[in-house]
Amino acid sequence: MKSFLSFFGIGLFLGILFIKSEVASWFRIYEMFQFKSFHMYGIIGSAIALGIIIVKYLKHSQAKGFWGKEINIMPKEKGFTRYILGGIIFGLGWALAGACPGPMFVLIGTMLPSIIVLILGALLGTFVFGILKDKLPH
Amino acid sequence: MDLIYKTWPWYVAGPLIALTMFLLIKMGKKFGMSSNLRTMCSIGGAGKFVDFFKFDWKKDVWNLYVVLGVIFGGFIALQFLSPTAPQINQDVVIQLQELGINSTNTAFLPTELFSLESVLSIKGFAIILIGGFLVGFGSRYAGGCTSGHAISGLSNLQIPSLIAIIGFFIGGLVMVHLIFPLIF
Repeated sequence: MKSFLSFFGIGLFLGILFIKSEVASWFRIYEMFQFKSFHMYGIIGSAIALGIIIVKYLKHSQAKGFWGKEINIMPKEKGFTRYILGGIIFGLGWALAGACPGPMFVLIGTMLPSIIVLILGALLGTFVFGILKDKLPH
Repeated sequence: MDLIYKTWPWYVAGPLIALTMFLLIKMGKKFGMSSNLRTMCSIGGAGKFVDFFKFDWKKDVWNLYVVLGVIFGGFIALQFLSPTAPQINQDVVIQLQELGINSTNTAFLPTELFSLESVLSIKGFAIILIGGFLVGFGSRYAGGCTSGHAISGLSNLQIPSLIAIIGFFIGGLVMVHLIFPLIF
């Protein structure tokens, strides 16, 4: 229950944040890809800048997690093709749908049936990737 | 209260996203949303057809709790805390009008794309479904999305994440500048 509530609580906070910062708005994504506003760049940029300091600190101090949990900061697997091709496909969808996976769930709160279609599309895309995985260049 | 109702500026939102990542790391986890799509496929029985979905998804259930929170948080913020729609750059408003999108500055999402009426048309349905499909396919192929690569990966100075983000931008720019004029 403690575990459920803490993760649910983080999600709740994140959901409000995705809406109040408007990163879940299709319009903001379009504006970003037109380079017409600093808003999205400021959000992603400042999150990364502070994130780098946080990760450096956690690694350097060898800090423990809450409740004595082990901290795991995993490096990404090396590679190029899968990252660039997967990235391009993701980017096409991000711009078209105006939502990445986090915002996709937050938009359920609009109560628009189209969001269900969007999420079903994402699940279908994930499923088809699973089928084709071994045939794709990595 | 005014501070809550207004759009949260970038210098508030960005650090709060980093804080979320910090809390998840301290809880022994990581910040990444797209892996939930794989978990959901597995729970839905996709492992019966494809080995990629045969994994011990029970240890990723914590992330679904996060998703559940995100859904509730979004509902609260959209229904009670957001009296005004995003206010977009005026040049962009005009560009969108030329594409036939006139709901800018009056709605959170373009009604021309996301309204029930639109999604019941073949074209409208296809746009949303394909958009979602590309996000799902691409994020799993690249091994992460905006949260997993842009935030978590770059914070950890990962070159693969940088490559993925360059990909995100190539794809996004091609869509908005080359494909939008063809489909709208």
